[in-house]
Amino acid sequence: MLESMVGAVELGLLYALMALGVYITFRILDFPDLTVDGSFTTGGAVAAIMITHGSSPLLATICAFLCGLAAGACTGLLHAKGKINGLLAGILMMITLYSINLRIMGKPNVSLLNTDTVLSAIADNEWAYVPVLLALALAVKLALDWFLHTDAGMALRATGDNARMIRSFGANTDTTKIIGVSLSNGLVALSGALIAQDSGFADISAGVGTIVLGLASVIIGEAIFGSRNVFRATLAALLGAVAYRIIYSLALRVELLDASDLKMMTALIVVAALVVPTLRRSMKQKALARKRTQELAGASSNRGGRS
Amino acid sequence: MLDLVQVSKLFNPGTPDEKIALMNIRLKLEPGDFVTVIGSNGAGKSTLMNVISGVMKPDIGEVRIGGQAIHPLPEHARSRWIGRVFQDPMAGTAPAMSIEENLAMAYARGKKRGLGRGVNASRRELFRARLQRLGIGLEARLKAKVGLLSGGERQALSLLMATFTQPQILLLDEHTAALDPARAELITTLTEEIVREMKLTTLMVTHNMEQAIRLGNRLIMMDKGRIILDIPESRKRTLTVAQLLGEFERISGQRLSDDRIVLG
Repeated sequence: MLESMVGAVELGLLYALMALGVYITFRILDFPDLTVDGSFTTGGAVAAIMITHGSSPLLATICAFLCGLAAGACTGLLHAKGKINGLLAGILMMITLYSINLRIMGKPNVSLLNTDTVLSAIADNEWAYVPVLLALALAVKLALDWFLHTDAGMALRATGDNARMIRSFGANTDTTKIIGVSLSNGLVALSGALIAQDSGFADISAGVGTIVLGLASVIIGEAIFGSRNVFRATLAALLGAVAYRIIYSLALRVELLDASDLKMMTALIVVAALVVPTLRRSMKQKALARKRTQELAGASSNRGGRS
Repeated sequence: MLDLVQVSKLFNPGTPDEKIALMNIRLKLEPGDFVTVIGSNGAGKSTLMNVISGVMKPDIGEVRIGGQAIHPLPEHARSRWIGRVFQDPMAGTAPAMSIEENLAMAYARGKKRGLGRGVNASRRELFRARLQRLGIGLEARLKAKVGLLSGGERQALSLLMATFTQPQILLLDEHTAALDPARAELITTLTEEIVREMKLTTLMVTHNMEQAIRLGNRLIMMDKGRIILDIPESRKRTLTVAQLLGEFERISGQRLSDDRIVLG
């Protein structure tokens, strides 16, 4: 039990980078980007192929990140310059990446067993693994926080918040969108590269459902940890990814569920997380309206009675 | 300063809904001019603003600022010279970001948006000082999200942001129309002060006839995409609302029709 929990936390911290990527598109740019299903695999594929061909694991991981940036930039270009609907742009890029990923790997599965990876130096040390992964996830989170508070990063945030306004102050919202989607997919590919190295293989179907997983992480994180400002929101995405993996490993223990049911469960979590707050808000609004109207009606009838 | 040469714009060309939005507009603003624009529904006032700011491009004609033709440039490139306040108080600010972050984005107009910190100590001091001038206590709420402000507060902040870097041209598109009378008056007063202090070349669309006469040094009236009346400062000083409506009827042959018009 404890061992599976530790495993869940480890995996969660690696997936946290992906969740931070999804946070950029989904929450900052308000653009659910399906490219991630492809770019996650791309990250793993690039890292695995480079490592098995003898290049340094660190270089392979950096290249995976760069390939993710490029994939995201393509989606951003399709959407911003080609004026293709955001969802469709993501789908097109995801399909394209499926072919590209197979080209990169040459076969559907590449094994990394018995090869050195960026993680193998610490993987043997039980006590160091989680702290190192936590430090890595926090470092990426803090770097993202820093970026989002620079002039360029604020233009990116404003693009999702009020594009017309930031255009009137001279920012090119096409460029900011492309940068945002690119950065997002870079992080997703980085996460894919690390997870391939952690699990010992890259698989062509590794990325299936990444977007839903990322959304679930972001949403669960926000529900538990709040999202008052950028610092909190990125922390929520990070911890949400960990929380999701813990929920996932607990769900695996339920007799009723097969491992294959979990994608559906994840989707249901996302649906619930999207619908419930909307329902709650509208019910609250109605109750408040009723209360205020009654108060005002009461006040005016009192005044009427006195005169 | 601002120069429009034979600017024309057609909506839905070649369809049954074809409509002349602007026809042969010639308009020249000298530095420091404050021109108010009135006209009935669909007269082309907003299109005029959009063609200047770059939201739309003219079908034919030129827009020049300081002699430089800017009409081929996209909106974000033109905003180096042009500050704009929209009618909708929600339109000019980013609601999920704080007051100081919004000001930092206004401060970055015309500069390269790089990897420097958006809000630092010295900028924060500047923002605080400028907010103080508005006199509505926003300087004490630098870290508050703009979405929490009232419509009047947001519009005051929009005005400050649009003028923060002293743009060459200030476009005000009915920027008090969505506010209640007291708040509208506050924004009008602030507008007058800021325009006067910064000597901004300003074009202001308004539905308020009295305001159109009282503010600025020139008044133009539009109808069906054309400028039908151009009143200089000397005549504007003695003009009354009744005279203005009379002029409109005489020239256009119909009454000034606008469901939102305010006579003052």
